[in-house]
Amino acid sequence: MSTVEFTLNGQQVQAPAGRSIFNIAKDLGIAIPHLCHKEGLPTDGNCRACMVEVQGERTLAPSCCRSAAPGMQVWTDSERAVKSQKMVLEMLLADLPEQGHKWLDDRAEAPHGELSQWAEHHAVQVRPALKELRREAVAADLSHPAMAVNLDACIQCNRCERACRDLQVNDVIGLAHRGAHTQVVFDLADPMGESSCVACGECVQACPTGALMPKSHMGPQKVDREVDSVCPFCGVGCLVTYQVRDEKIISVKGREGPANEGRLCVKGRFGMDYIHSPDRITQPLIRKPGVAKDVRLIDGHTDWREVFREATWEEALDAATQPLNALRQQHGPKSLAGFGSAKGSNEEAYLFQKLVRTGFGSNNVDHCTRLCHASSVSALLEGVGSGAVSNPVRDVEHADLIIVIGSNPTNNHPVAATWMKNAAQRGTRIVLADPRVTDIGRHAWRVLPFKADTDVALLNAMLHVIVNEDLCNEVFLRERADHVTELKVHVQAFSPEAMAPVCGIAADTIREVARAYATSKASMILWGMGVSQHVHGTDNVRCLIALASLTGQIGRPGTGLHPLRGQNNVQGASDAGLIPMMYPNYQRVSHPQAHDWFEKFWGTTLDDQPGYTVVEIMHKALADDSDPHKVHGMYIMGENPAMSDPDLNHARHALASLKHLVVQDIFLTETAWLADVVLPASAWPEKTGTVSNTDRMVQMGRQALQPPGDAKPDLWIIQQIAQRMGLDWQYAGEHAGVAAVYEEMRQAMAGSIAGIRWERLEQASSVTYPCLSEDDPGQPIVFQDHFPTSGGRVKLVPAGLIAADEQPDVDYPLVLITGRQLEHWHTGAMTRRATVLDAIEPAPTACLCGPDLQRLGLVPGDRVRVASRRGEIELSVRRDDGTPQGVVYMPFAYREAAANVLTNAALDPFGKIPEFKYCAVRVEKALAVSSGA
Amino acid sequence: MFAMQASSSITHIGLDQVRNQLRRPNPKLKGRQASDEARAEVRALIGLTPVDGHRRDLLIEHLHVLNDHYHALFERHIVALAAEMRLSVVEVFEVASFYHHFQILQDDEAAPAITVRVCDSLSCQLAGSDSLLRQLQRDLGTDVQVIPAPCLGRCEQAPAVQVGQKAVAHATGAQVQMLVAGRDLAPNELPAAQRLHAYRLAGGYVLAQQIVRGERSADAVIEVLEHAGLRGLGGAGFPAGRKWRIVRTQPAPRLMAVNIDEGEPGTFKDRTLLESDPHRFLEGLLIAAQVVGVDAVYIYLRDEYHEARQLLQRELAALLAEPPYPLPHIELRRGAGAYICGEESAMVESIEGKRGEPRLRPPYIAEVGLFGRPTLEHNFETLYWVRELVEQGAESFAAQGRHGRTGLRRFSVSGRVKQPGVKLAPAGITLRELVDEYCGGMAEGHTLYAYLPGGASGGILPARLADVPLDFDTLQPHGCFIGSAAVMVLSQHDKARDAALNVMRFFAHESCGQCTPCRVGTDKATRLMEREVWDRETLEDLAQVMGDASICGLGQAAPNPIRCVLDYFPHEVGAVS
Repeated sequence: MSTVEFTLNGQQVQAPAGRSIFNIAKDLGIAIPHLCHKEGLPTDGNCRACMVEVQGERTLAPSCCRSAAPGMQVWTDSERAVKSQKMVLEMLLADLPEQGHKWLDDRAEAPHGELSQWAEHHAVQVRPALKELRREAVAADLSHPAMAVNLDACIQCNRCERACRDLQVNDVIGLAHRGAHTQVVFDLADPMGESSCVACGECVQACPTGALMPKSHMGPQKVDREVDSVCPFCGVGCLVTYQVRDEKIISVKGREGPANEGRLCVKGRFGMDYIHSPDRITQPLIRKPGVAKDVRLIDGHTDWREVFREATWEEALDAATQPLNALRQQHGPKSLAGFGSAKGSNEEAYLFQKLVRTGFGSNNVDHCTRLCHASSVSALLEGVGSGAVSNPVRDVEHADLIIVIGSNPTNNHPVAATWMKNAAQRGTRIVLADPRVTDIGRHAWRVLPFKADTDVALLNAMLHVIVNEDLCNEVFLRERADHVTELKVHVQAFSPEAMAPVCGIAADTIREVARAYATSKASMILWGMGVSQHVHGTDNVRCLIALASLTGQIGRPGTGLHPLRGQNNVQGASDAGLIPMMYPNYQRVSHPQAHDWFEKFWGTTLDDQPGYTVVEIMHKALADDSDPHKVHGMYIMGENPAMSDPDLNHARHALASLKHLVVQDIFLTETAWLADVVLPASAWPEKTGTVSNTDRMVQMGRQALQPPGDAKPDLWIIQQIAQRMGLDWQYAGEHAGVAAVYEEMRQAMAGSIAGIRWERLEQASSVTYPCLSEDDPGQPIVFQDHFPTSGGRVKLVPAGLIAADEQPDVDYPLVLITGRQLEHWHTGAMTRRATVLDAIEPAPTACLCGPDLQRLGLVPGDRVRVASRRGEIELSVRRDDGTPQGVVYMPFAYREAAANVLTNAALDPFGKIPEFKYCAVRVEKALAVSSGA
Repeated sequence: MFAMQASSSITHIGLDQVRNQLRRPNPKLKGRQASDEARAEVRALIGLTPVDGHRRDLLIEHLHVLNDHYHALFERHIVALAAEMRLSVVEVFEVASFYHHFQILQDDEAAPAITVRVCDSLSCQLAGSDSLLRQLQRDLGTDVQVIPAPCLGRCEQAPAVQVGQKAVAHATGAQVQMLVAGRDLAPNELPAAQRLHAYRLAGGYVLAQQIVRGERSADAVIEVLEHAGLRGLGGAGFPAGRKWRIVRTQPAPRLMAVNIDEGEPGTFKDRTLLESDPHRFLEGLLIAAQVVGVDAVYIYLRDEYHEARQLLQRELAALLAEPPYPLPHIELRRGAGAYICGEESAMVESIEGKRGEPRLRPPYIAEVGLFGRPTLEHNFETLYWVRELVEQGAESFAAQGRHGRTGLRRFSVSGRVKQPGVKLAPAGITLRELVDEYCGGMAEGHTLYAYLPGGASGGILPARLADVPLDFDTLQPHGCFIGSAAVMVLSQHDKARDAALNVMRFFAHESCGQCTPCRVGTDKATRLMEREVWDRETLEDLAQVMGDASICGLGQAAPNPIRCVLDYFPHEVGAVS
């Protein structure tokens, strides 16, 4: 890098070319006041607090925006420079109120955050003449549940706007009007709580003076401690810092992590107080004798004391384990099953599957990966030999074009979406292919709102264009792909013209997008559950693999395949073997070598047949007694199948039919109501462990608080059960031996994380795998020269058109698509108990577009009954014109209107994933009065 | 809702309090959603969305279309326009609210049938605009909105008024009332302007053609400008030839932006020339575009010049219909009531459809300008000179001048003189000579007391300095500058402090608000200057930080009137000099 030599405060200085004077001064320990400048935000240079004197220039220069030039003579401390620095601080301070909202530490006399700090630095006092001219006070805007807007403390520095627009690209905040009337506004100067604000809180994190503050942390900023951890919600894996006061998390800060760079979304920043909910279970519970497992208990109106009694841990653990042992003895190992959780740590997932495999004695272990990306994983394992992503999300920075298909990233992976929007700002073309036009559509170059269920038609048509217009990367295909000819021949039947009427996208548009994808310097595909949750989910992903392979858009920066993982640890839980067909690190249980290795490693005999998957286990619970594989007893840790499974009436019935059910959770979930024993577990901030995000980063979560009451770390509970099932496990050390568990898991997963010792994680917080040795920095981009398949080549698999299992008809004329919404996570167990998230989205809604509402004689807010062949629910309607005609969209997080009562349990034959994204329903106005605004 | 006491500075919201709020499903997505009706109304005016979306840079043009049609911008249309343009609501609102000619109304408010703008800048104030404004506000009907307006660029016609889009010279209450009553709101016709046909008959566009055909070399043209010493006539005075040389060496594509946002109070030369000889300017523009090699030209015309816009639109259309040779892409853009957009980088932002906030420099517009491309930016008059200089040679121009200065300058003279107007005079002429020789002397009953040599920004000089040559660089020693050569003359009936307050109010009104020194400084200074006795120490401190630390020329020049009053007229403000 070239350097420049110049003079700073009379001293000869050498600095990298292009570096700002401000940063050079900072490097040298010279402090210059600054307010609009913040590390990580684009510089703006508007506050003028950092002015310095440059010899020969007519005016002063803003040091944050000016780089040093050779021979320049700069003074940060000349009389003239300091005069302006001080005047700027005095002018700003003159307009601020006596009392402020962001005290330095706990000092009320320094009430304006960074402005107070710099005023103290320069000993600035506001003269009476300027104090008299203080601007008119403005009323506080407290309309938002999470944030307070006190524009009396605003210095118009623009940091909130840049945070909202340049970083998060939510585009809610702007500066309106001009001159002294310049004002920070939300949308059309609307109250924040009524604006389009998505409450990512980036503005709050950016505000230097407290004009924008989290309501939970105003005034004194002093906290008892700060604990570094990782967010417990989605798969993006944002690093966070908890701020703890009086043994409560009062606020959360985004921390510099490879996936988030300090950014967070509403859940991570404002959704953490579920852990302090009065609903927490704090004592083991045992079902009272004679209380039937009636699914109607789930209605939420029952007092738990009518169903359960409190018990000691000894009693509860015995009550949990003895029936499991008895059932195993009576009906054999296959009569037991376990659901672990993608919300737990890697160590918990590892120990849980080890318990099922070595204690229960079968491979009947699964978790919610079955419900999200099972089909993606089956196609990826088949095609490229690895179920994980090829490139991290942030590789969109290097892509010229990205296809976002079957994904609503701004809601479900909000921070990942920010990187996509940032890329779009810099010119990357986003193609959104989704029946629903979601918020990312505003940033898209092309939007392809194809008909629900016609993914393969659209994708095969694109493949057709690529094959027939000579857009294939033949070198790549020759050197790295198998079954190319079969695929090329297969797609001949799928011309864009033939597929246009099927998928509803014009042939020209298909051609244009296919060409752009194929010819761009780097194209990347990211997808979500819109792709995977179909009976043809595996086929959908086979097409995506074919797209990337035919064009050679894989194995380089800005290319590849990225299934956006849903849960914070769905990647890690699968890696750790929490799936019925594989041991840790995707070693097949039926593979003799793997089987032998694990028998030796765990010192016990193991079942060599794959176990049953989530939905299959529910079926097996209801199987005839003559079925030797009928499931009689289950241990469910942190999963909520009574909300998350399809066709809930069936699934709940299955759970209720079990002879013995042990549920380990932090709340009395819908599933727990059907349990015999409920074990109170720890929430994420109450334990230490690792999780692996969608980018294959293993990240460290640290304990910040003690679990409430008698709740225990999950890792401890698993070990207690194991002990009572006759397993002699020894995991010494703090946090229930988490480091020892991790180190054992590392041996079982040497092929991916051999190089990530526990100590390394403690130090680095985040390490990407594959990481095979101590000095391996981790490999964010894989498949660069080979695929981890048997032959090292990608296997192309053609896909035909398969229709959804259940089609709309006269009785059920609409299509139901289920999914999530920004504020509510999965089954809502956590988020609906988070004060802010609940305040923003307190009740279930069904989204329909304007024309459909009109056709059905509905207005937004009306109560409707939505019915499928499997059940019906009642909720109110919301207008969302991004929803296509003929479709109802519903989040599944709401117990009182559980969307999965309606969904169809039909499975993809390969991934065994249910078809959550398509079933037939009917919508009618409910008789109850409208509760709309 | 869980409203809180606005007065409390520390707010602790208890969980229970939040829980107790009404929990109800939200029937709509977050934020305002565009209604079908409003979207249809917007679409009817701006057209259907092209395949690649609406051009982002046309936002202000679209706002004009709506504002013209509905006499205001209704919130529903802002929301709908955002949806049509695939922008967020705030991206439209922040732009709309920046420009004074856009009046944003809630959907249930009524738009005024007519807006009457009364110029309140210095020359019009001297001519009694304050009382005219009060009179019109009192006498006109309730559906007529009468508002003060910053300089309308008609200082020689003071007091100037605009009724709808019609300019009214030497306005009287009766005259305005008559126009309002007759709903006579259209721009005046400009019959005297030279049209394309006449201009071409008189040899117009021949020079441009010669350059395009290579019959005259581009280098020779630049040399003429350099020998003539032509400098930018918008105020900054950067040598034109050098600018052409700099920009033509930048990587293509290069763009050009033409500044006719003539907003400096006291300045009306560009309007005067444009309204009489538009093609002379257009030919200069085409020559510059050819010599520098630009792909597209954006002409930015201030919104107040409705007559000139009508003329320019018509003449541009005529020219494009019968081009003398294949022309570069030319777009005419409309300002929207923001003085700051006369600052070159603010103008570039405005052409891009954004708030007119000046950019930090470096990088300079010549390197990174409009749409991120190297941009040749010129004031109208600079281009207006080109044909004459090249045809007649540098020598005849350079031979002019007085008191050791060379060249000619156009002065916009207004205030207490007998014959205000645009005066083409030798560079270096003194104020006294200018008034006596070109303006028929002082107005009846007035003797020279003070003058503003360069509009609102150029400072205020006392009569004893009326013999200083007026030109670039000659006034700096006296704390002033000539800028756009807008000379406003004060007499014994006027006070310098009133003039200073008038212009400081103007700056406060027109500050973009981006940087602290200007945003806070102009506002606080105004209030301090309203006081009988000035607080010299505070005003000097404000002046220093504004001059030293503001981002652009507006803030940097804003303290000039403060300093001039304190230096030359301390007796008026009770300040010890």
